Amino acid sequence: MESLELLSFSPPGWGGNLLRGLLHSLQIALGAFGFGLLIGLFGAYGKLNGGPILRDVLSIYTTVVRAVPELVLILILYYVGTDIINQASSALGYGRVEINGVAAGIWGLGIVQGAYATEVLRGAILAVPSGQIESGRAFGMPPFMLMRRITIPAMLSFALPGLANLWLIATKDTALLAVVGFSELTLETRQAATATRSYFTFFLAAGALYLMVTLISGFIFKRLENHARRGQLDLKGSG
Amino acid sequence: MKLPMILSTAFITLAMASTAAAEKVKIGIAAEPYPPFASMDSSGKWSGWEVEMIDAVCAAAKLECELTPTAWDGIIPSLTGKQIDVIMASMSITEERSKTIDFTDKYYSSPAVIVADKSMKITPDKEGLKGKILGIQASTTHAAYAQKHFADDAELKSYQTQDEANQDLIAGRVDAIQADAIAMSDFVGSDAGKCCEIKGQVPDDESVLGKGIGAGVRKGDDDLREKLNAAIAAVVEDGTHKKITDKYFTVDIY
Amino acid sequence: MSGLKEWLLPHRIVMLLLAVALVVWCAMNLRWDWIPKYTPLAVEGIWRTIWLLVVSIFLGFMLAVPLGFAQAVGPWYLAAPAKTFCTIIRGTPLLLQIWLLYYGLGSIFPLFPEIRNSELWPYLRQAWPYAVLALTLSYAGYEGEVMRGAFRSVAKGQLETAKAFGMSRFTLFRRIWLPQAIRNVLPTLGGETILQLKATPLVATITIIDIYAVSSRVRQDTFIIYEPLLLLAVIYLMIAGMITLGFKWLENRGPQKRGSV
Repeated sequence: MESLELLSFSPPGWGGNLLRGLLHSLQIALGAFGFGLLIGLFGAYGKLNGGPILRDVLSIYTTVVRAVPELVLILILYYVGTDIINQASSALGYGRVEINGVAAGIWGLGIVQGAYATEVLRGAILAVPSGQIESGRAFGMPPFMLMRRITIPAMLSFALPGLANLWLIATKDTALLAVVGFSELTLETRQAATATRSYFTFFLAAGALYLMVTLISGFIFKRLENHARRGQLDLKGSG
Repeated sequence: MKLPMILSTAFITLAMASTAAAEKVKIGIAAEPYPPFASMDSSGKWSGWEVEMIDAVCAAAKLECELTPTAWDGIIPSLTGKQIDVIMASMSITEERSKTIDFTDKYYSSPAVIVADKSMKITPDKEGLKGKILGIQASTTHAAYAQKHFADDAELKSYQTQDEANQDLIAGRVDAIQADAIAMSDFVGSDAGKCCEIKGQVPDDESVLGKGIGAGVRKGDDDLREKLNAAIAAVVEDGTHKKITDKYFTVDIY
Repeated sequence: MSGLKEWLLPHRIVMLLLAVALVVWCAMNLRWDWIPKYTPLAVEGIWRTIWLLVVSIFLGFMLAVPLGFAQAVGPWYLAAPAKTFCTIIRGTPLLLQIWLLYYGLGSIFPLFPEIRNSELWPYLRQAWPYAVLALTLSYAGYEGEVMRGAFRSVAKGQLETAKAFGMSRFTLFRRIWLPQAIRNVLPTLGGETILQLKATPLVATITIIDIYAVSSRVRQDTFIIYEPLLLLAVIYLMIAGMITLGFKWLENRGPQKRGSV
């Protein structure tokens, strides 16, 4: 069948290109998710424990990111980011710094993820029973150890559904980078489809790949959630 | 106090010089394929008339070049933002673009033509396109030309890549497209484009269509521009231009 | 603390002044000379964006209600297809769905020349039907999931009381179940509407001139990098703000106490 030939892994089949694109997509999604988690952690703590100015600034950050389309944000962040880096490096006397697509994708998508992660983590931290945190403080734990030993493990079970959702958003948002021209699965699909004129074949194949990622991620997150929830009362059967 | 200053200045200068010397020249080409000038096969290798020209020009200018595919509608900001150093992506030399970047001398020229289905009777002018749907690629001289001359008569549809416009012509969503003659003759000659034919050249408007295809460099990057000009002249003179052209086309495209 | 008093706190006043100063600086130092020339096109673009948003949400919601209901209480032969549909839509990027519909279908047109003579041809030629279809299906896929939870969240007591009153199943659905379900998830629907707004720029890749496409056109014609994007972001912020206010008004219209029977 011609379609299957087109999808084969080595040239002249384009299957290998699709898989390479998928790898890039996953790399960018992972990096953006991680970067977003980091921002989210600081953002959540800032919103909960910070001063009024910090809280307002963070509110502006989350509001803007949640209202402006990711495509527009990615473009703005890409040009701002490359501008800053180029100006910094020329001021320091180095030559031009190379910014590849994966890094730019992680930077842009990560900042978008960070705003959503801030809200998810903030809600999760608020859900931790305050008694646990108070006992930690009563024991004289320094704040960092408190965060590491008590808050984060406790809030994980509340945060995981939201974080699972964020991960799926990250994997699907990588497709937007195709509009900006970075190499990932959707762009590779369009290039393969254009070169071979078999649009349906390649777009369906890409859809199947994305779906696989979604289903496998769902499975992994369910296991993680069960592990984080171990020892908690089961909500099923109570209403 | 003076010695550390001298040493650090010397060090920085050396560092700059060494990075400059080791730096490759990044040649920006369009990430979207544009046969027969530049297209990518499934192994990721770019080939085509323009790709071979780039190799020839770089060899003649003794520069170490690196092909950098960049999205077409962000290619000029990529140049001014220093992501790439040269644009060699079949970009026409126009006044409007010359306000933002500098161009080398031309290395080929290609008139603008209208392409439509064989069964359609369309002449390449305002009357012929009246009431029709015309497809163009965004950010090209054709888009500017169509917006200036055809906007009142035809409905314009703007695509991110030339290939998407071709695709919609084949599908029948647009009645005609306007694009480069050379790329179009390649298209109508191909298996996919057998539905369609070139209807003719549009009336010239040099202020919009420009004077040939040149390489773009940043404003003020005269050193690089002169090197490239000399290289282009050398390539034309010593017959390499003709040799590459003969591989792809039957006429001279300079 | 009343709303206005919150804004008069010292740090807020300073920040507001800073924001005004920033806006004034931007107005004076950045290039805005392109605005007069492109204003008519921009107005058209904003209209198209809002039109696409409203139509896709309206149609999408109408599709989401049966999808959600089937999954909440339906028999397996209705629930399974609904769930499959929602899973596929939510599991693949919208951009891919849009391109699959537009270019995928477009690639099979040449194989069936009879299509060009059919009634549908004028609609198959244009881009907006595909955009509306893709955005509607996408919204339905996500809201189907939301409505599933919504239908389950309506207190059983309400449904039992209605049955006790002798309401027919359809009346029960129309007057008790559906309105209560919607009221329960109104905040979520507001958020999802804003997400749909953020999805609309993708239609610019299939030749529809929405406000994002207008901004791209300005950037391509003038080679200005930031200013069109910044103005675009402000426009989206304003539209999102109006949507949020609209949903807040809707939320306040309903009874404030949630039924607890």
